[in-house]
Amino acid sequence: MRTTQTIPVLAIAALAGAALAIAQPAPARAPGIPQNFDNVEVHILPAQGNVYMLVGSGGNITVQAGSDGVLLVDAEYAGLADKILAAVRKISDRPLRYIINTHYHPDHTNGNERLRKAGSTIAGGNVAGDLGAEASEGAQIIAHVNVLNRMSAPTGRQAAAPQGSWPTDTFIGNEKKLWFNNEGIEIIHIPNAHTDGDSIVYFRRSDVISTGDLFVTTTYPIIDVAAGGTINGYIEALNRIIDLIVPVYGQEGGTLVIPGHGRLCDLGDVINYREMVTIIRDRVQDMIKKGMTLEQVKAAKPTFDYDPLYGSSTFWTTDRFVEAVYNTLAPKKK
Amino acid sequence: MHFLPRPKTARRALLVLATALMSLPAFGQINLSGVWQNLLDEDFPDRLAGPELGDYAGLPINAADRLRGETWDASLITLPDYQCRVHPSDYASAFADIRIWEEYDRESQNLIAIHLHHFAWGTERTIWMDGRPHPPDYALHTAMGFSTGKWEGDILTVTTDHLKEGWFRRNGLARSDKAVVTEHFIRHDNGLTWVTVVDDPAYLEEPLFRSRDYTFSVAGQIAPYPCESVEEIIRPRGVIPHHLPGTNTFLKEYQQRHGIPEDAAMGGAKTMYPEYRSKLKGAGVQPK
Repeated sequence: MRTTQTIPVLAIAALAGAALAIAQPAPARAPGIPQNFDNVEVHILPAQGNVYMLVGSGGNITVQAGSDGVLLVDAEYAGLADKILAAVRKISDRPLRYIINTHYHPDHTNGNERLRKAGSTIAGGNVAGDLGAEASEGAQIIAHVNVLNRMSAPTGRQAAAPQGSWPTDTFIGNEKKLWFNNEGIEIIHIPNAHTDGDSIVYFRRSDVISTGDLFVTTTYPIIDVAAGGTINGYIEALNRIIDLIVPVYGQEGGTLVIPGHGRLCDLGDVINYREMVTIIRDRVQDMIKKGMTLEQVKAAKPTFDYDPLYGSSTFWTTDRFVEAVYNTLAPKKK
Repeated sequence: MHFLPRPKTARRALLVLATALMSLPAFGQINLSGVWQNLLDEDFPDRLAGPELGDYAGLPINAADRLRGETWDASLITLPDYQCRVHPSDYASAFADIRIWEEYDRESQNLIAIHLHHFAWGTERTIWMDGRPHPPDYALHTAMGFSTGKWEGDILTVTTDHLKEGWFRRNGLARSDKAVVTEHFIRHDNGLTWVTVVDDPAYLEEPLFRSRDYTFSVAGQIAPYPCESVEEIIRPRGVIPHHLPGTNTFLKEYQQRHGIPEDAAMGGAKTMYPEYRSKLKGAGVQPK
């Protein structure tokens, strides 16, 4: 059963072209979309309840499956779509109904179009009457409206992503709720954190949170400043995730957390990560108060003690992380 | 000499005997089951009262871990989320009693697992003895980690990975979630030595070895360990107590109180070895 309103695909496509006024900055993510996935395997890890984690080469995918069908959180790369679908079929033979995008970056959305075509939308009554068979073609893609803004473009401009991969069902405000596979699902928008369109997805009965890149275990937080990301928003996101978690004891068990990248986690992992991010934020903030320039802050190595865990010299380098923290904390020059 | 052909039953008996002899190492297994009482005569101040701030002597930590320790604020553990955090399995031998029991397959009587319950926070861990593989990297990490064991003669040797971040010492020296721990459980009649070797590529220059001793407790009982978090200090949302680098004024107290040179107090692999003493001659500070 579905309880949310659906905006028809055609209407969204028309609105997307007409209504967008936000300029499209170059994405700070996008290390380039890999072209060859021959050696990539998609692994299935049961989380708990109806929820599974798929691990491939991009962002993790969350799968919720049951008698109503299959719901995915994020879509990885298009080149992995067949392997993703094969993995999903090992979990369930029910139709793919929903793809929820946690944000717009290609390692989470590039597979939207191919996966969507493999699914179908629950449609009937007046909707089916108005649009015919088209109404049920393809799974719905749900995301915060800013994800659509980032992937599409005003009429006459080059969109960042092909139209077939755009969200078909967007929401504004702080939250969208679904009931699917006998489970309440909360899609909670966190403003200005990793980007300006992030959402976490909370499966209430299974007790699993899918965080997108608002929590990762493999690198420092990726803050896409050009797309509205900020360090304080990121810390608030971690605090919101922690607020939702109920452990069995101490910092373990109970609510499980599927990060955007990295391993399956629970409360203790998110707490440790929040501790690290908050401490580095405080250090950089203190250096800014002392009047230090970005170069001086980098030279002071505010991340030194955490570099063995999260430091990197490729793509999201430690320097890029420090720059992002500095640039979103330093007073803006007038 | 002519031998009579052996009947089938005799052949079967020989086969059983041969099979038993081939699994001889199994007879070398030592029963570790029971309650073991922790002996605190080694490193006592570090283990029960807890270490002093800024005491990293004799630990093979690297510079990154030293900074973790220097910027750590004990007030961190007043936060509700931290109050019931359990001791990780590689630190659990620091204090308190343990109960060990074995789990066998009923049909084959093969040993499946050895379980260990620890008094502190009532933690329980499983050491798998059935040869199963360790989970993939992307599986959950826990405070107990994922452990597999094997008998090396009379010694139970255990390998543990999938650990959550823990600590080498309770004064802010972090042990990373990349660590792999090797343990040896060595029984000597009614004594048990639990050796822990931590290999942490993120925060150690060399592996950290520790040993702890236990004595068998015939009438041993272990009490429950309930823990409930409370709000001890009202703080603004999201505050994490810590010291900014270079501002922790408590670090010198240990050096001054015991007359220990800063270089020794700050630890590192070199401070583990006896020859380091000769480098310290004349470098000490006078205790107050």
